[in-house]
Amino acid sequence: MNKFNKALNYVELFLSIFTTMKFLKHIGRYMIMLYGVFKRPTKAIVLKELILKEIDDLIIGSLGITAFISLFMGAVVALQTALNLDNPLIPKSLIGFATKQSIILEFAPTFISVIMAGKVGSYITSSIGSMRVTEQIDALEVMGINPLNYLIFPKIIALLFYPFLIAIIMFVGIAGGYLASVYGGLASSEDFIIGLQDSFIPWHVAYAFIKTMVFGLMLATIPSYHGYYMEGGALEVGKASTTSFVWTCVAIIIANYILTQLLLS
Amino acid sequence: MIQVNDLRKSFGDEEILKGITATFEKGKTNMIIGASGSGKSVFLKNMLGLFVPNSGEIIYDGEPLNEMEIERKSNLRKEMGMLFQHSALFDSLTVEENVMFPLRMFTKMRLKERQENANEILERVNLVGLNKKMPSEISGGQQKRVALARAVVNNPRFLFCDEPNSGLDPKTATVIDNLIQEITHERDITTVIISHDMNSVMEIGETIVFLKDGKLAWKGTNQEIFKTDNETVTDFVYSSNLFKKVRIAQNKGL
Repeated sequence: MNKFNKALNYVELFLSIFTTMKFLKHIGRYMIMLYGVFKRPTKAIVLKELILKEIDDLIIGSLGITAFISLFMGAVVALQTALNLDNPLIPKSLIGFATKQSIILEFAPTFISVIMAGKVGSYITSSIGSMRVTEQIDALEVMGINPLNYLIFPKIIALLFYPFLIAIIMFVGIAGGYLASVYGGLASSEDFIIGLQDSFIPWHVAYAFIKTMVFGLMLATIPSYHGYYMEGGALEVGKASTTSFVWTCVAIIIANYILTQLLLS
Repeated sequence: MIQVNDLRKSFGDEEILKGITATFEKGKTNMIIGASGSGKSVFLKNMLGLFVPNSGEIIYDGEPLNEMEIERKSNLRKEMGMLFQHSALFDSLTVEENVMFPLRMFTKMRLKERQENANEILERVNLVGLNKKMPSEISGGQQKRVALARAVVNNPRFLFCDEPNSGLDPKTATVIDNLIQEITHERDITTVIISHDMNSVMEIGETIVFLKDGKLAWKGTNQEIFKTDNETVTDFVYSSNLFKKVRIAQNKGL
């Protein structure tokens, strides 16, 4: 039995080394990809058009669904805060305060980024993956075009505009909370607005935008990595999209913790 | 002209190309033939610089590819046209935009000029009126012709075609073959074609390289291939029923 346990330990050790090596290999290849994105740039006028198209696809195209989710999430946050206010000594303005804090600090930057990992991330992985499968990336390479720059750089630039989307989401989320509170009879308009203005710390907004920038970079590059280096056919494109969603979420959640620790504590 | 010397390529422990030496002449349609898995596509991808060979050299008009700086390699690629097996048209662009793509990327032509060039070449490949269609809205044969138009619109010095008529009906296949040959002669370019199709080999194979198991098994012309005694080649050539019947007829003196 002892020998068996020893063997099991060796197998576990081997597997953990193997997994670590595989993970390091991906990190290394991801870094090489990032370096490649900024090498041999595509013609400026072509890049400009590609960037505008990506802004339209990735940012403006996501506005509808994220605003819809945000409106209702803001309303739910307000509703839940109000329903938990049993003590008559606690002011109703707390509803506005809680809505503002939840939306600005966590919901808009982090939760929406996880949703974007599903919406935008899958789109990026599947579109680049399909180009890989159908040899379109090879075609670019044969023509002497740097496919990394042509395909990924415009997405990175487009997602630099991600904080603008998040700013709108913050506004819509708080508006959702306001509407639910005022028209749902949970708090008066004055109470809600007092709560919004109460203990307002501008750094919290800056913190949210810094997080958003980092998440935007992750949303552009991690799905691109999974699409660009995928192998196989149509089935693998689907698998790559799922893997990319999982890894983008993991990266966002970990980065969220690290950034919060660095910027707020 | 493209000269390949002792080209070797392995993936892991498996050696795919086992020292191939061949010459692809300017102004001629040079064909690479061989059974599936013989290394044709790997050979072509090495020539295009998509794979890095383990050893050997590929020389483009006297310039070894492995000695070129990245910038020079990138410029050389601008002088290459490639017709992919599955066309590889850009899904997000229309037929016209696909054809204009190399002009847009590498020339300073204005839109009108680019459109004129694209229309000219589209007319040449019998695709008038499809300019605004998306690749998904046209047939496989039409996609191949668009891909050929895109490959030659920039007047490349080297044209590579990976199974240009696979999946096409015989009539369309002949149209594509003839177009490739016409363009090669007209523009005096070096054309390298990978093919399985013996009809194409017979029609346009001015020089032929036969690969077997990653080695050069035979080289010659389309006139010589039907006369050779090389068993490996004859096995391949006469594996189709049509050519078997032709051979029987030849033997009977018909």
